[in-house]
Amino acid sequence: MKKYNVSEQGYYGSFGGAYVPEILFNNVEELKNSYLKVIQTEKFQNEFQGLLRDYVGRPTPLFHAKNLSEQFNTTIFLKREDLNHTGAHKINNAIGQILLAKELGKTRIIAETGAGQHGVAAATVCALMGMKCVVYMGETDIVRQAPNVARMKMLGATVVPVLSGNKTLKDATNEAIRDWINNPESTYYLIGSVVGPHPYPDMVAGFQSVISKEIKAQLKTALGKENPDYVVACVGGGSNAAGAFYHFLYNEDVKLIGVEAAGKGIHSGHTAATLSVGSAGIIHGSKTILMQNEDGQITEPYSISAGLDYPGIGPVHAYLNEVRRADYISVTDVEALEAAIDLTKKEGIIPALESAHALAALGKLKFKKNEVVILNLSGRGDKDLETYTNYLNKINYAKQN
Amino acid sequence: MQNRIDALFARKKQDILSIFFTAGFPNLKDTGLILESLEESEADLVEIGIPFSDPLGDGPVIQDSSLVALKNGMNLNLLFQQLKDMRVTVQKPVLLMGYLNSVMQFGIEKFYRQCAAVGVDGIILPDLPLEEFKMYHQRITEELNIKVVFLVSVDTKPERIKQLDEASGGFLYLLSSNSTTGGVKGIPEQFHSKVSVVKNSVTKNPLLIGFGIKGQKEYSQACEIANGAVIGSAFIELLTRSHNFRKDIAGFTSIVKTKLIKS
Ligand SMILES: Cc1ncc(COP(=O)(O)O)c(C=O)c1O
Repeated sequence: MKKYNVSEQGYYGSFGGAYVPEILFNNVEELKNSYLKVIQTEKFQNEFQGLLRDYVGRPTPLFHAKNLSEQFNTTIFLKREDLNHTGAHKINNAIGQILLAKELGKTRIIAETGAGQHGVAAATVCALMGMKCVVYMGETDIVRQAPNVARMKMLGATVVPVLSGNKTLKDATNEAIRDWINNPESTYYLIGSVVGPHPYPDMVAGFQSVISKEIKAQLKTALGKENPDYVVACVGGGSNAAGAFYHFLYNEDVKLIGVEAAGKGIHSGHTAATLSVGSAGIIHGSKTILMQNEDGQITEPYSISAGLDYPGIGPVHAYLNEVRRADYISVTDVEALEAAIDLTKKEGIIPALESAHALAALGKLKFKKNEVVILNLSGRGDKDLETYTNYLNKINYAKQN
Repeated sequence: MQNRIDALFARKKQDILSIFFTAGFPNLKDTGLILESLEESEADLVEIGIPFSDPLGDGPVIQDSSLVALKNGMNLNLLFQQLKDMRVTVQKPVLLMGYLNSVMQFGIEKFYRQCAAVGVDGIILPDLPLEEFKMYHQRITEELNIKVVFLVSVDTKPERIKQLDEASGGFLYLLSSNSTTGGVKGIPEQFHSKVSVVKNSVTKNPLLIGFGIKGQKEYSQACEIANGAVIGSAFIELLTRSHNFRKDIAGFTSIVKTKLIKS
């Protein structure tokens, strides 16, 4: 049988590893040696599960979306990660890592954020635990995800605007890593996705795996069977997808679909569809697929969705794609916007722009009549209201003229 | 032929001054002139930075120089072309320093063969893991007699220092502080209290101290502890200001060194 979990050396096939400067070696090594041990203790699990239940509000519902099902002529369930405290799946991971950081005796938390959902999640758990929190966020994202910036500040976090590159998630991550290099002893780097040096990708996937664990139990109750035919999730770094895929990886009959952001189209030069246009290399301490030119300079990605606007992808997805265990497709800005409007009208749920990419993929997959499709609705759309409103005004204007 | 870094340390064990600059900065064609100016100066060793789009280990000064160099059109092919005839005029040891991704995309074996062809003596890749070095870099660099220099900090565990010392060639690069390049001014207090542990673990290589070495003061402090020091960001700042590289580079290195004797 194929192995889809990380190897002891920190690799998924040839992807993964820890490509960090020597100053961070101790930190990464400490994490590598302690994360499994700490996470497996009863004390940790009790605290983690308790907070997921009482603070985050888990389990999140699995909602049979009848109108959407009718539209696509199949059976679609939405995994409602948007109903988590703070409004996205990101909090699952933030809770896990803050407990680990406490166990390691760290006093200061740093994080990167794109859409601001991970930044909000980090700021939230820091408020809860009484820790200092610094969030790095690209200036472009600070503008397009303003509500989340206000939330982080109210939660007591320092939001540091990042001015390099396209001023988006990649640049925020660079700056967070530089902060970590300058403060390796006091500081814990709370990474928001399945990216970065080993053991982060495995650790984050582990914390997010609660999503697929719940799906299995909920499907069993709803349909009397644990396994769907499809699991569909959007992929920025890939943490909500990794969590939604996790407990289905070894059920090869379950088709796993990751959805990347094509931006203005994969051949437009304005895209974040890493697996379509990328190649193997090193980004943020991990060997994976990334967008780069022939000299190995990382190219600037583009997507309307700040959470998917990233030129890399978690090494686990690079591997699942290589061995064809999961399929990755991409959808454009406009397709995602239309899907968000559609879901809002049909089911009364305003999705995050990131999750809207997964929704837009439904139209590209060919389902049979009674297939069961799980769509991981990773977050809610409050933060994207301005983008949605602008788009709606634009199409209304076009219609009138 | 003996590797030039080894030859240098065989002949001179103290007050080694290594200077780092970014290829293709401030202007694309400055690489050669800066190199020749360093040859004529009191620098002992030269490190040429391969510009990278996302230099995680670097502070603002080297980041900016990399971005300017990339905008100027610098890349590895061009750099090797610029260095093609350097051994006609430059006798000092020359190392390339950069990020692993640049080398991977160029092709690891091809990269080292080009280094050997133009007369590069050593390589520094701060994000190259030891295991990866052993798997993909060690054989070819040994074959070509190119030294791969590893970095250690005062917080590196003694066992690991021993492993890195063993793998490292030419010298071992000792970080003076936990920081990105150019981040900290001077050598932090805690460095002095911890450095003896490092020195006790290093048996094979000379030690050069880098990061935070701005000028004469830090350089002379470093020379009391180790075999010498590396200046990077402060030198790049000099290049940014300078209208006459030959004169200013000679002046800079001589100030760094002569004051040492006086003080
Ligand atoms: C709601 C939502 N979904 C998805 C993502 C993308 O991240 P990942 O691919 O790690 O799930 C983000 C990131 O900000 C997000 O906010």
